Amino acid sequence: MINIKIDGTDYQVEEGLTIAEACAGLGINIPTLCHLKDVSQDAYCGICVVEMKNARILPRACITKVAPGMEIQTKTQLVQETRRMNLELILANHPLDCMTCDKDGECALQDLAYQFGIKRSIFLNDENVFAKEVKTPWDTNPFIKKEPAKCIMCKRCVDACANQARVEAICVANRGVKTEIATPFGQPLEETTCLFCAECVQACPTGALIERTRIGKGKFKDLTPTDTICAYCGVGCNLKLFKDKNNQLVMARAINSKVNRGRACVKGRYGYEYVNSPDRLTTPLIRREGKLRKATWAEALAYTAERLKEIKDKYGPDSIGVLGSSRCTNEDNYVIQKFARVGIGTNNIDNCARLCHSSTVAGLNLALGAGAATNSLEDIFDSDVMFIIGSNTTETHPVIGKFIKENQKNGAKIIVCDPRYVDIAKAADLYLPHTPGTDVALLNGIMRQILEHKLEQGDFIAAHTEGFEELKKLLADYDLEKVSQITGVEPELIKRAALLYGGAKSAMIFYTMGITQHTTGVDNVLSIANLALITGNLGKRGAGIMALRGQANVQGSCDMGALPNVYPGYQKVDDPAVKEKFEKAWGARLSAKAGLTVTEFSTQAKEGKLKAVYSMGENPLMTEADVKHVREGFEKLEFFATQDIFLSETAEIADVVFPAAAAYEKDGTFTNTERRVQLLRPAKDKPQGTKYDWEIVCELAKVFGYSMNYSGPAEIMDEIAKVTPSMGGISFKRLAGDGLQWPCPTTDHPGTVILHEGGSFKRPNGKGKFHAVVYKPANELTDKEYPFILTSGRILFHYHSGNETRRVKAIDKFVPRNYVEINPEDATRLGIGDKDMVKVSTRRGSIEVEARISDRPKRGLVFISFHFREANVNLLTNPALDPISKIPEYKVAACGLEKIWN
Amino acid sequence: MKKEIGNVEIIIEKWKGIKGSLIMALHELQHLYGYVPQKGAQQISTAFKIPLSQIFEVITFYNLFKLKEPGKHTIAVCLGTACYLKGAPDILNELKVLLKVEEGGTTKDGQFNLDVVRCLGCCGLAPVMTIDGEIYGKVKKNEIKDILAKYKKKEQK
Ligand code: SF4
Ligand code: SF4
Ligand code: SF4
Ligand code: FES
Ligand code: FES
Repeated sequence: MINIKIDGTDYQVEEGLTIAEACAGLGINIPTLCHLKDVSQDAYCGICVVEMKNARILPRACITKVAPGMEIQTKTQLVQETRRMNLELILANHPLDCMTCDKDGECALQDLAYQFGIKRSIFLNDENVFAKEVKTPWDTNPFIKKEPAKCIMCKRCVDACANQARVEAICVANRGVKTEIATPFGQPLEETTCLFCAECVQACPTGALIERTRIGKGKFKDLTPTDTICAYCGVGCNLKLFKDKNNQLVMARAINSKVNRGRACVKGRYGYEYVNSPDRLTTPLIRREGKLRKATWAEALAYTAERLKEIKDKYGPDSIGVLGSSRCTNEDNYVIQKFARVGIGTNNIDNCARLCHSSTVAGLNLALGAGAATNSLEDIFDSDVMFIIGSNTTETHPVIGKFIKENQKNGAKIIVCDPRYVDIAKAADLYLPHTPGTDVALLNGIMRQILEHKLEQGDFIAAHTEGFEELKKLLADYDLEKVSQITGVEPELIKRAALLYGGAKSAMIFYTMGITQHTTGVDNVLSIANLALITGNLGKRGAGIMALRGQANVQGSCDMGALPNVYPGYQKVDDPAVKEKFEKAWGARLSAKAGLTVTEFSTQAKEGKLKAVYSMGENPLMTEADVKHVREGFEKLEFFATQDIFLSETAEIADVVFPAAAAYEKDGTFTNTERRVQLLRPAKDKPQGTKYDWEIVCELAKVFGYSMNYSGPAEIMDEIAKVTPSMGGISFKRLAGDGLQWPCPTTDHPGTVILHEGGSFKRPNGKGKFHAVVYKPANELTDKEYPFILTSGRILFHYHSGNETRRVKAIDKFVPRNYVEINPEDATRLGIGDKDMVKVSTRRGSIEVEARISDRPKRGLVFISFHFREANVNLLTNPALDPISKIPEYKVAACGLEKIWN
Repeated sequence: MKKEIGNVEIIIEKWKGIKGSLIMALHELQHLYGYVPQKGAQQISTAFKIPLSQIFEVITFYNLFKLKEPGKHTIAVCLGTACYLKGAPDILNELKVLLKVEEGGTTKDGQFNLDVVRCLGCCGLAPVMTIDGEIYGKVKKNEIKDILAKYKKKEQK
């Protein structure tokens, strides 16, 4: 603490603060304009000047640090006049446009002009009183508009793009009076590296940059904000969503929370629009004479209950399958799994997490005793080396991608292993392009090198692990030459990766579907655990294994027991003690037999063993591998009912469809990729005629004859806490603010930032377990007819089966159709040009899709996303399953390419 | 074009990895083309791992760099004190009107650049302009058309 004097009064303030921060803390108002905390420190505008004793100039409060004995005046005439003159200058070219400006009411410049009573700058020429239409590089993209006349050259946008987005798409060009915010060489913004995260828009204090989608949708004072959680990926960005007077969402802002630190991506910023869509289901539908027709809630509920009862009576409870959803809340999932287990009496409950991280849940559980990401997002900034494998981070978890790049700027190193030269690979210090499906070999090779260079942590291994000797024996087989041959990666690179990762003080591993979606998915995850264990990179800050979760609540849906083998909190259904506990808690007899996985639903249906499916918002007919066969299975069901917000590809073939509320209309919780349970708040009212997902399940249960009564999600969470030890201390009341990271066993527990702290693992004996994992090739290999490897995945702009993002006008306009990424050399060989139509075939089917020639896939590899129903890659993907996790091999299929027309 | 790309690669090889070498590399790029083409700058950006936006900031910060392919002939009008007083602004204006171009710009047909310079050291001849280094002294407004015509003719031959 130091002593300073402000306006004649003595104060004690913290050292290291700026004058502006110190004053803000003391309630003394100092206006700022160009300054943006943690983002922009250019101190250009001079609005914040103060007078200081013995200083020859007026220092800028936003960048001048307090010093002992400092004497500051903040209100003198000189200060006021200087600020005023600076403002006059800033306003010198600013049009008097507030009446029709969309920023009216949230514009810092307008506020200052009002405060200083400047109606019109003394420097403003008549010709500039109204803004003229001018051409800018921002004119042709659907997301961001720029009005240069309103720009005050504060540079906040450029700094936001550099420091928050970590993209550096835009810049300050020219000098003197010609200075302007520009794109390089004046290219249209969409041709730059811009990713449309709109951090620049959020940073802009004036109307110069604005979300195009918001223009004309209402002034700030007419919008109602709600703090909630992004409903797309597992980062779980905290967003402020604004609804207009017509109950439509029109704008999103990123909140400066612990999770996303004021950042978001294009889906968070623009992706809310689907909730406004006229396609929303608002009335229940029942299939009559082969067609889905409108019905009342009472009819639909009665009919569904009756059919389910009939089938249960005739074929037994295990003839029915139930699907929870990673897009629904914890409360929704808890209720539906309870309905399946108690109401219907089966463990046939699963959710789409099967298709993304079931390998993680299984693998990390075997190795570490807990199937979740071990560390936290805030930890990223403590890691020296970030090892990314099978994760297209900047597209699938964009905000984490930004953190990783920020940490690199702070000095940390990035290693990327990926068959595609994705954006994060381009930023990497070391890039290893391995052949899809060779992850185990690669990781074994890296570990072998770590041992050869004596970089393993012997003490950690001895104290906290078991099974090391077996692994060591196995690694003897994985010398550089052999590994290089299998993986197609140069030996030198493998060695360097080993030295870098093994030599780090704390190294963090990030992975996603590139690891899990293989017939060796669990093996891959075990190998990753081996790598972290061998180097002691677990249970400490900046280390660990970050299995990045794909969907907003994929962590939560699994935590809630929407899985066939476990109750909430991963308590096993075949453990008699656990079963007894739940029988007591739920007051019912429960089945001890683990149920079917969703990937088994269709085959069992085809074989006539599964007779009915009840689904909550799932869309397997779009997203499962080899969907043609999945469809055949579902079509054979005697009864299929679903609840959804749109008539999805799956809902189209249902016998009953219930209209549900969307995530942005719900109360409840999502659990993000770092195990953080966060509160959702309804940002708009749900459409008339719809019900909440948990509500639909409860009403159905009641008609079915099993009564579940909850006053709302808060009460459901209280029950979850009662039966789930790792969440015992969680309640809605405690979740306000930053939420809580499980394990949080008691009501006074602060939550857990790092799992396995100090090497105490969650396995029964407290030790981490090595697994000697042998490399097995992918299930399907290339041959003459199918010479290419097809890998599938996501792209930045769209999301999963596309039912949401395809209904966001700006996004669908920007990326309206699917494409196949082909390496330039392969394309030349096949005579395929950019934008040519090509037919991509595998042993299961073919689709026609536009070619995109790209340096991203390595030779022999092609990539197609799974967001487009018109060209669904899942007609091609391989349904072969991992034997343990039952995940299909989405990442490797042998395929052929054929040009159709230019 | 192929050959030119090869040359950009030589520049990249020469300067890559050397700290603070961006300006030198851009300078040589400009030397190669007479201006800094976007494609070449993009190649440097990729090789140096410097965002194109930063390169663009540098290019536009220094007057030295040109963003457009220069015209065949460069006209420089002196606006030094002597020339100024003797009517150089009129000369400049006439050129602007005749060529339909602003100072610093290039005519649409790519024939002429119009630049402004300070004192060429031959104030006795004021007002002075040069075309491709050739000096025209005591220029009168009504002569300009003919002077320009000489260069246009040269082209047609
Ligand atoms: S939208 Fe994001 S990436 Fe694009 S210019 Fe703005 S901050 Fe940069
Ligand atoms: S566009 Fe906005 S943020 Fe960027 S310099 Fe202009 S006023 Fe500042
Ligand atoms: S990073 Fe994920 S959670 Fe954050 S805004 Fe984007 S999609 Fe939403
Ligand atoms: S706010 Fe301090 S100089 Fe702009
Ligand atoms: S002022 Fe023009 S030549 Fe000197």
